[in-house]
Amino acid sequence: MAEQKIDLRNLKAGGFIKERGKDLFTVRLRVPGGRLSVDRLAKIAEVAQKYGKGYVHLSVRQSIELINVNFADFDAVVAELGEEQQKVASCGARVRVPTACGGCEYNPNGLIDTQKSALEVDEKLFGTATGHHKFKVCFAGCPFDCPKSSINDVGFQGAVWPSLDADACIGCGLCAKSCTEGALAMADGKPVFDAQKCIYCGDCIKVCPTGAWSAAKKGYTVRIGGKWGRRPLVGTLYATFLPEERAVDFIAAVLAWYQEKAEGAGRVRLGDIIIREGCQSLLDHLRRDFAGFVVAETVPPQVIVNQIPLPGQA
Amino acid sequence: MQTIDLRGVTCPTNFVMAKLELEDIEAGTTVEFLLDDGEPVKNVPRSLKDEGHKLLGLKEQDGYYTLLLEKGAD
Ligand code: HEM
Ligand code: SF4
Ligand code: SF4
Ligand code: SF4
Repeated sequence: MAEQKIDLRNLKAGGFIKERGKDLFTVRLRVPGGRLSVDRLAKIAEVAQKYGKGYVHLSVRQSIELINVNFADFDAVVAELGEEQQKVASCGARVRVPTACGGCEYNPNGLIDTQKSALEVDEKLFGTATGHHKFKVCFAGCPFDCPKSSINDVGFQGAVWPSLDADACIGCGLCAKSCTEGALAMADGKPVFDAQKCIYCGDCIKVCPTGAWSAAKKGYTVRIGGKWGRRPLVGTLYATFLPEERAVDFIAAVLAWYQEKAEGAGRVRLGDIIIREGCQSLLDHLRRDFAGFVVAETVPPQVIVNQIPLPGQA
Repeated sequence: MQTIDLRGVTCPTNFVMAKLELEDIEAGTTVEFLLDDGEPVKNVPRSLKDEGHKLLGLKEQDGYYTLLLEKGAD
């Protein structure tokens, strides 16, 4: 056997994607939650300048991809990036780098610290082999869902349950006017709350000029079984007001179910396994450890009709 | 009572103008602001409260809002 020129362990860690050209690879660097320090950014720029083609690509899942890296330079690239802090991102049938919006810190809409959750998931679950297919996790700070959490295998959205201090209310009617869901109506100069219509967005809390509304509880709305690609699915509801600190355990429980139920199914995403096994099985599995948060019932992942192939095509 | 008309002024200019006006007013004084419906009325009252002023009332008439506010201590 010829002398090995590169350390294959680096390759196995994932993040190296074969390009069209001879010997050329894309190196995908993980950026959990889409946030990185300026120092790291500068370091990446330096390495990209030296080993790449003068540009990088920002992946739709917030990774930075170095383009046109020669495989002979793998070890040098990994060494110069400093592998411990700059772990290369994964490909294949593994838990991928979680994505997240920057919500809470600077966006007034953010209800929850998505960045903290993304880092936690990255630290504890990134790269876990699923045995079947890729597994994507995403955190959105509120029901606006800018980062599209519900098309991930597990998608989280920050949520708040509003509660009124009637004495602090000056009856301006702004909250009722702002509630897009029609969950608030003014009666005798005070807002009346209809819990059946509330989507936990917190707009009422934000708009109230006197602070009469506040969050009685806070947590994540969790949807499972989404994906995009050729056959898109939108994930459906499994839990409400899941506490932030239980997100990692919740994902691990979903993974355990997936690993077991997809046995022998080959490269099949979680959503398709739920469609095959029925959502009741996953609900029951999750209820064991997350009883107070798992919903009573749900529906299978929602199939998006993308209209190709065209019907009746000869 | 002083009335400050901020109608026709968009966010965040309206808030900055309100803040500058309040600088010349003594703490404890009641002032009235006129604000457009939409983003202005959703943002300005809340931001003024965050600055330590007391909101006494907010009423809609003829498509705009009147905010009654007591200037807080610095
Ligand atoms: C070896 C095969 C594959 C490679 C090298 C690959 C590579 C990539 C790359 C580079 C991106 C980022 C694109 C960008 O930001 O411009 C990406 C995103 C994506 N890939 Fe793949 N991919 C592969 C297979 C697949 C398969 C089989 C599916 C679907 C079943 C898929 C679904 C997606 C989707 C939906 C995205 C964008 C959204 C997201 O990441 O969730 N990919 N892939
Ligand atoms: S999902 Fe909500 S918190 Fe996140 S960026 Fe969008 S509006 Fe802001
Ligand atoms: S949280 Fe959102 S949906 Fe619920 S009452 Fe408030 S504004 Fe309406
Ligand atoms: S926005 Fe606040 S003060 Fe105005 S009606 Fe609603 S609860 Fe009362």
